[in-house]
Amino acid sequence: MRNFGFSTTKSRTIDYGDIDRRLISYILENEPTFNACLSCGSCTAICSAGNLTSFNIRKLSLQIRLGDLEKTHEEIDKCMLCGKCLLECPRGINTRNVVMLIKKGLTIFEIKDKA
Amino acid sequence: MIDVLIIGGGIAGIETACSLQDLGYETIIVEKEKTIGGHLNDWDTLFPTHRSASEVLAHYTDETRKRALTIYLNTYVISVKKQDDGTFEVHTSRDVVFRSKAVVVASGYKLFNAERKEEYGYKIYDNVLTSADLEVKLKDLKGEFKTPTDKVPERIAFIHCVGSRDEKSGNHYCSKLCCVTAVKQAIHLKQLCPKAEIFCCYMDLRMYGPGFEEMYREAQEKYHIQFIRGRLSEVGENSNGTLQLKVEDTLAARPCKIQVDMLVLMVGMESAKSTELFAQSCGLKCAPNRFIQPLDHHIGSNLTNVEGLFTAGTSIGPMSVFDTVNHAKATAFAIRDYFINTAR
Ligand SMILES: Cc1cc2nc3c(=O)[nH]c(=O)nc-3n(C[C@H](O)[C@H](O)[C@H](O)COP(=O)(O)OP(=O)(O)OC[C@H]3O[C@@H](n4cnc5c(N)ncnc54)[C@H](O)[C@@H]3O)c2cc1C
Ligand code: SF4
Ligand code: SF4
Ligand code: SF4
Repeated sequence: MRNFGFSTTKSRTIDYGDIDRRLISYILENEPTFNACLSCGSCTAICSAGNLTSFNIRKLSLQIRLGDLEKTHEEIDKCMLCGKCLLECPRGINTRNVVMLIKKGLTIFEIKDKA
Repeated sequence: MIDVLIIGGGIAGIETACSLQDLGYETIIVEKEKTIGGHLNDWDTLFPTHRSASEVLAHYTDETRKRALTIYLNTYVISVKKQDDGTFEVHTSRDVVFRSKAVVVASGYKLFNAERKEEYGYKIYDNVLTSADLEVKLKDLKGEFKTPTDKVPERIAFIHCVGSRDEKSGNHYCSKLCCVTAVKQAIHLKQLCPKAEIFCCYMDLRMYGPGFEEMYREAQEKYHIQFIRGRLSEVGENSNGTLQLKVEDTLAARPCKIQVDMLVLMVGMESAKSTELFAQSCGLKCAPNRFIQPLDHHIGSNLTNVEGLFTAGTSIGPMSVFDTVNHAKATAFAIRDYFINTAR
């Protein structure tokens, strides 16, 4: 191809035909209740880590659903596994187990954060 | 023997009774309270038109008088028993036993007890009300609107889905009307307290009925009600009596704090206690949400698994006045079909 002397940036569009589903499939297989998340935000609102840092468990879960795993490691390490989120979830999702599965999945699939 | 006995003198029961009487059937209503009208007695104005609930009730009182309907007040129906010949025996808190050819369960719904969601502070903090408390407060209002701790509110929040769509309270279903009720009440409070900032915290907004979406839009455009997409996680009280809410603004993806003078919990609708009694006494089938299970959701929503036993209104699930009245009218025709087909 001819070099025109400029580069293009990667598209920001989510392509539903091309999503990295490794981590989300692993989580859903082991914690099927997570399928029912409404993205209501109760877990984030009550989360101690979320009130002090940029950690947002609901948003992180959504990013994982979309295969956006660039900062998952750094983010999930902020969770203190206190389980408050679990008490609030209106859909009865075992959110703490979701956190554990995220951690395990990252190791299993050797997913690293983007520098 | 009476043709039809109707359990419950709310608008569903009254509408069914009037329609049946007009069709030529002898009908009686048995109501546990000292007046007819059910929950509408406690409401101030009605969505979607803001017309007063007492006006609708006055219409129904008139209709019952015109027809000289027989109504037993202060009479609690305890059980319904189907006889071998297909008729019914209805036992009540009085000594008399009623006999009828058909029965209509129009015993309505009950409100979710907000104390069960302890983290929302109902009956713990003074300035936490339910939507039903607010209706009563508005109905009895004389003079300026003030919070329970006697302040003209500067900030008010409405919390959607309290005791609905919530596994933790054992109610997985949507109560259908609380979204539009919140909009109705928010508009009303803004009219009473024009300086107040009003928030509605919701998960989804369900504006399903005629005129509902229009009210929502009016609430945004004309009354500047702020809709925050996030479910309340917990409430705390500050030393000055104001309340601190913790919600995630999910559209901004940030946890946020809202300080308010008054909190209104949009309590859901639950199956009435009586439904359980009737299920036990005559094998009436209930749905997983504990309301009565219609025999057929599309073409037989007034029928039940017990032949001759019908439903009207909110005994089968949350309904607006509009839906209740229509359902109740259809019940009268379903009963007429039953009498014609079984030659009773
Ligand atoms: C906070 C709130 C606000 C609302 N605002 C609106 C509004 O603005 N507009 C609107 O369209 N709808 C509104 N609704 C809905 C409205 O209340 C219902 O549509 C209506 O009350 C349904 O009437 P019903 O006759 O089915 O039930 P009910 O009103 O519950 O009547 C049932 C009757 O049966 C009686 N009963 C029960 N058990 C027995 C028994 N065992 N023996 C004898 N009698 C018995 C009860 O005492 C009662 O009188 C609101 C609901 C809530 C919760
Ligand atoms: S378990 Fe983790 S995500 Fe859940 S509330 Fe505690 S810190 Fe937050
Ligand atoms: S509380 Fe439950 S339903 Fe709500 S966003 Fe968190 S996991 Fe999803
Ligand atoms: S109508 Fe609205 S507030 Fe009521 S349960 Fe349904 S979604 Fe929640």
